[in-house]
Amino acid sequence: MKELLLGNAAVARGAYEAGVRVVSSYPGTPSTEITENMVRYADVDVEWAPNEKVAAEVAIGASLANARAMSCMKHVGLNVMADPVFTASYLAPPGGLVFCVADDPGMHSSQNEQDSRHYARASKILMLEPSDAAECKAFTKEAFSLSETFHTPVFVRLSTRVSHSQALVSLEEPEVRQPAPYVKDATRVAVPVNSRKMHIAVEKRLEDLRAFAEDCALNRVERHGSRIGVITSGISYMYAREALGDAVDYLKLGMVYPLPSRLIQDFAKGLDKVYVIEELDPYLEEHCRTLGIPVIGKEAFSLIGEYNADMIAQAVLGKPLAKEKTEPMEALPVRPPVMCAGCPHRGVFYVLHKMGLHVAGDIGCYTLGANAPLNSMDFNVCMGASIGTAFGMVKAQGRAFGQKVVSVIGDSTFIHSGITGLIDIVYNRGNNTVLILDNSTTGMTGHQDNPTTGKTIRGVPTKQVDLELLCRAIGVDRISIVDPFQVKELEKTLREELQADEPSVIIVQRPCALLKGVRYEGRYQVTDDCRRCGQCMKLGCPAITRKDGIVSISPIQCIGCGLCANVCPFGAIVKEGSR
Amino acid sequence: MTGNIMIVGVGGQGTLLTSRILGTLLLSQGLDVKLSEVHGMSQRGGSVITYVRYGEKVYSPIIEAGQADYVLAFEQLEAARAVGYLRKDGCLLVNTQKLEPMPVITGAMAYPEGLLASMQKRCRTLCVDALSLAEQAGSAKCVNVVMLGVLARQMKFSVDAWTQAIRTTVPEKFLAMNEKAFALGLQYSAE
Ligand SMILES: Cc1ncc(C[n+]2csc(CCOP(=O)(O)OP(=O)(O)O)c2C)c(N)n1
Repeated sequence: MKELLLGNAAVARGAYEAGVRVVSSYPGTPSTEITENMVRYADVDVEWAPNEKVAAEVAIGASLANARAMSCMKHVGLNVMADPVFTASYLAPPGGLVFCVADDPGMHSSQNEQDSRHYARASKILMLEPSDAAECKAFTKEAFSLSETFHTPVFVRLSTRVSHSQALVSLEEPEVRQPAPYVKDATRVAVPVNSRKMHIAVEKRLEDLRAFAEDCALNRVERHGSRIGVITSGISYMYAREALGDAVDYLKLGMVYPLPSRLIQDFAKGLDKVYVIEELDPYLEEHCRTLGIPVIGKEAFSLIGEYNADMIAQAVLGKPLAKEKTEPMEALPVRPPVMCAGCPHRGVFYVLHKMGLHVAGDIGCYTLGANAPLNSMDFNVCMGASIGTAFGMVKAQGRAFGQKVVSVIGDSTFIHSGITGLIDIVYNRGNNTVLILDNSTTGMTGHQDNPTTGKTIRGVPTKQVDLELLCRAIGVDRISIVDPFQVKELEKTLREELQADEPSVIIVQRPCALLKGVRYEGRYQVTDDCRRCGQCMKLGCPAITRKDGIVSISPIQCIGCGLCANVCPFGAIVKEGSR
Repeated sequence: MTGNIMIVGVGGQGTLLTSRILGTLLLSQGLDVKLSEVHGMSQRGGSVITYVRYGEKVYSPIIEAGQADYVLAFEQLEAARAVGYLRKDGCLLVNTQKLEPMPVITGAMAYPEGLLASMQKRCRTLCVDALSLAEQAGSAKCVNVVMLGVLARQMKFSVDAWTQAIRTTVPEKFLAMNEKAFALGLQYSAE
């Protein structure tokens, strides 16, 4: 049977067919739907972990206890989980162990554009790279078996266009597997005396894998009798096929670490020109150069962003992909993402902007508070960093700066890695103010539950982390809970907490407007009392527009949250039908 | 030959559901299909593009400048942004609704005047007040399926095949409304 599946759903299907038993992940675009799709399979133990490091550890543990296990993350998630992953490479646990990492060339939804293939080399872990959904399924399945055959964890590298494209996938029956009983093996205690031996085994394993790579079916030569060759992998292969068709020969690499040196040399022999086409870094290219093959790589293709077929046609054939195009339209206003109508974060950033505070930002829907007209974020780094960075700023600028800067961090991000930063502030006698924006969900990545929401990935009720008690337990004495739509109260609380010469936490609580069960009654409208002061325009609500000085609220876009009525100084915004 | 349909709109307008209905339809015709979707940040009210490609064998999941046979646009400005993706004799189907992007709301830029006319000058353009039709069907949310009805009239697939695709894709709860929206789109004659 064939089904149209999203690349990520196909990865999930592959894992299921391979008899995966445990899947632990932390969400992150473009990887999230892999784990979400695992929920379809009742027998799989699937969970959202608090962060990628824990997710990887759970998968490693399951594999140590003989089960097939997987953990999925976006590229920057791999940074977070790198520590356990590098040593898991040494431990080589017995159950098939797969890490799916999804890169985001072009940064559709990411803070940077790193190329995960470097991690495979650095951690000495086998890496596969599928080109479409059909291969996503096949390669994931293969990854589990290679993991067990070669005693290694396996990476599956995805990218946005592979993860988020649908293609036809043939479905097969799942393997039924029972993990063998666990037996202690103390040689897996990673202390120097053991690790030295394990490292020797890792290098031996790499030699075996290099030999395997030379003639495994994952790496494929397609000859069309051309004088030009293309070495490529992943989505770049699809772009190249689209652009060049049968006009060139291809070496399509499905296994991108370790690389098959002899196969590459044989492929290049007798060709006049060999192009290496790969997103992002010159990873394959550099390997070819070490083999002495004079390939054409980044001198013809970009180091930055996504590729496409047109770019490849221009570079290799010297002509564009499409013969005649409709004339494009220029100089159109851009449409950046915005906080939704009814977003609870809006009230917070309205107040922060009004108070002119410095804001150490973090990653989530609230990062949109950086955009006009709210304009209230100074910078952000990575998940959890809002707290440590703000503490560093106060150290640099002096204690009084603690009254001018706040950290903003979402509930999921706080649990992910914000809590440790807060412990640092308490432990080292800081005076920072931290706003935890608790919207009862992991919003940015599409509304996953997390340890603060009281539900598991399968919707099963569970214990809920009490943010207030948690902060109190680590030694924060000043904790307030505020509704972000009560802007006056929020401002007053902020003033008090910034003044206090000790750590403060303000938990700003209101659920995301897109969550099921969040309903606001009615819509709001502007009355004749409007004095055109423009205060409501400072909210940056997509439902509120102004034409020739006259403000109006779109009845289609308004969801009735009433924040605009709270900020209107003249009471000129009222609920429809209330007058 | 590969067929190329591009669906553009604003995050939240249901481009995802639309491409999935199309995918199901094309699959039922025994074609190879690739869809490319957008998840993540731009779903929060940004410009959203999905691609639908079909034929005997499809490689790239992306439609590039000058390749699209049809652009199905749920908003005027987004339609304008996508015009250059059409092949010379491609067809633009545009919902005439306007949604102001934030740079327009803040007054940093103006919503361009005369967009429809400039589009009509460039390519075959069908303008549809899909919002009114959607409201007639029961909800402004059905703009996407109204537009699908308009597209169906341009394409060669049977109404049965379209209906079947809608039935397998749309959740039961919203089915009646969406079937109505589709029918209104299908009846709509823009020329
Ligand atoms: C290390 C890492 N993992 C995952 C992500 C993807 N990601 C971006 S924001 C976010 C969660 C945001 O949730 P929350 O903090 O609750 O804020 P909200 O979006 O709900 O406002 C995630 C998982 C990331 N950027 N970095």
